[in-house]
Amino acid sequence: MRFTIERGNAPAWIRPLIPLVAILVTFIITSVVILWAKANPFSAYYYFLIAPLSNQVSALEVLVKGTPLLLTGAAVTFAFSAGYFNIGAEGQLLAGAIAAAGLGMLLGPLPAFVNIPIMLIGGFAAGMLWALIPALLKVRLMVDEVVTTLLMNTVITFFISWLLNGYWRDPVSMQPQSATIAPSTVFPKLVLHSRLHMGFLVALLVILVIYFVLRRTPLGLRMRAVGLSKNAAHFNSVKVGRTMLTAALISGGIAGLAGVGEVAGIHFHLIAQISPGYGYTGIIAATLGGLNPLGVGLGALFIGLIDTGAQTVSSAMGIPIYLGNVVEATLLLVTLGMFTLQNYRITITTPTPQKEGRI
Amino acid sequence: MDTFLIGLMAATLRVATPLIFGTLGELFCERAGILNLGIEGTLLFGSFVGFAAAGASGSLWIGVLAALVAGSLCGLLMGLFTVKLGVNQHVSGLGITLLLTGLSYFAFRLIYGQQAIPPSIKPFDTFPLFGHLPVLGAIFDQYTLTYLSFLLVPIVWWVVYRSNFGLHMRAVGENPEAADAAGVNVYNTRYIALAIGGGLMAVGGAFLSLAQLGAFTFGIINGRGWVCIALIIFGNWEAARVLWGALLFGLVFALQLRLQSTGLQLPYEVFLALPYLVTIAVLALAGRNTSVPSAILKPYKRE
Repeated sequence: MRFTIERGNAPAWIRPLIPLVAILVTFIITSVVILWAKANPFSAYYYFLIAPLSNQVSALEVLVKGTPLLLTGAAVTFAFSAGYFNIGAEGQLLAGAIAAAGLGMLLGPLPAFVNIPIMLIGGFAAGMLWALIPALLKVRLMVDEVVTTLLMNTVITFFISWLLNGYWRDPVSMQPQSATIAPSTVFPKLVLHSRLHMGFLVALLVILVIYFVLRRTPLGLRMRAVGLSKNAAHFNSVKVGRTMLTAALISGGIAGLAGVGEVAGIHFHLIAQISPGYGYTGIIAATLGGLNPLGVGLGALFIGLIDTGAQTVSSAMGIPIYLGNVVEATLLLVTLGMFTLQNYRITITTPTPQKEGRI
Repeated sequence: MDTFLIGLMAATLRVATPLIFGTLGELFCERAGILNLGIEGTLLFGSFVGFAAAGASGSLWIGVLAALVAGSLCGLLMGLFTVKLGVNQHVSGLGITLLLTGLSYFAFRLIYGQQAIPPSIKPFDTFPLFGHLPVLGAIFDQYTLTYLSFLLVPIVWWVVYRSNFGLHMRAVGENPEAADAAGVNVYNTRYIALAIGGGLMAVGGAFLSLAQLGAFTFGIINGRGWVCIALIIFGNWEAARVLWGALLFGLVFALQLRLQSTGLQLPYEVFLALPYLVTIAVLALAGRNTSVPSAILKPYKRE
């Protein structure tokens, strides 16, 4: 028997296995960093992966951390599916957070069942608005969206700094933050005495909706056609520009929802550090899930586990909390590299016995 | 000339220095056909490695050298993904930025702990190129690395257009199939270009920690890498135009610092955001650029 590796499509069952093997490989690679911190990798990974799930408080915290990642992961997946590389989910999330903080201060007297839909719509619209300029530049003038969305991410942090140091600044607080939003705009809790809020259900719903849209609707079909080949889509009379614009704007809106959740469910006011890079981490979730919305959902929750675990490892073993960032980035790169494996297959050939062949 | 203008021009050169290193580094990568979004992380890693190595060895120049070597390794890592494995350049570049950011923060905390006063070193001294001449003397009282960055512009031009390696690099970035047919090793050329590029970026980062600040902070790069990515489009992938772009950006940034201190009735965030908005406007005006290396973003697989 001989094993040969040749180019060709790997069997379909390999694909879902890749992220699992990637997780294992990531832990082997990052144990070097843990050893450098003079810690035991096995106990570090116990605190990383098992300890957070072993009690209710931290298990719910995994879902809390996963909530914005489900949304930014969905946003990235939606845009990437149409071949639009939206790296601006971070900025669009912040736009949604600004809208939520503004509406939350404005919408005091109305009842919650009116206010909360307005918050969601407002955040979605703000995310779309922040995605609009790069999307238009891409569609009309062929300006690379990666560069413009990255620059827009930096621009909005200055805008937030201006708001928080200017007339949005809460005079009561020592920190630069906006005034607390009205109680009727706060997302209801899903579990008492936890931080898990309604935004988690919104995020799950969004994942299901984009799964349906991408797989079962004409828009989804057009988006995937554009994502596979712009020219081929064009020759099949798909309006490439309009499809990308739609994908980019909806993607921005979904990222905006993540910002609404962080303001209305967690912080209750706008702060400069409202997102520790959820927009960029969403790209990791999207890659880990292979751009399949359901897989992306699992990826986002797994990163939520790593985020929570990083805090556990840090407090239990005194390792810097940034180990979580190292693990997540390594996971992204390893997954990315391992997905190339599906372009190869291993064939087993049994050489035909020859009469005078030597063994 | 009054002191305001002299100070402004001196600051412009200082602010432009890391951008020149970073953009020239990116120029090598893109001319060979690789968009290196790992630049933001490589700048940060360079400024951390430079700071840590200078602190440990007691020599600032060993810090610069360590950054150069570390940056080259980052470039080779980018090569592993984009040259060897041929995966998406956008996502792998961002992944490398995330990894290098995480590693820099992790290592900084591991080595220095969480101190109330951040650790610092005595930074490079400036070197007056024209001695005590009235105006020139004050403007050209810069760090050696700043002079080096300006010297690098004609050197890079020469390497790209006059050297054998530059010819191979441009061929590989425009048409790798043809280059391969002509006997150029596409993979090795791209690896070397990425290593040179990464090294230059990291030195740009080390300039910030070893010359300008004498310390390492988490926000030390703050999007400068993305500015370099935009500057290269603005600079049309040409070393000389990249220099003008970096100087223009440096001028706007230096102006913003000075207008802040004059107590102008505009919020300073407007000035901070201005260079980024100008860059987006320039990209919109430049539109679809025909000078972009044709093979960029396209992995090469030898059949």
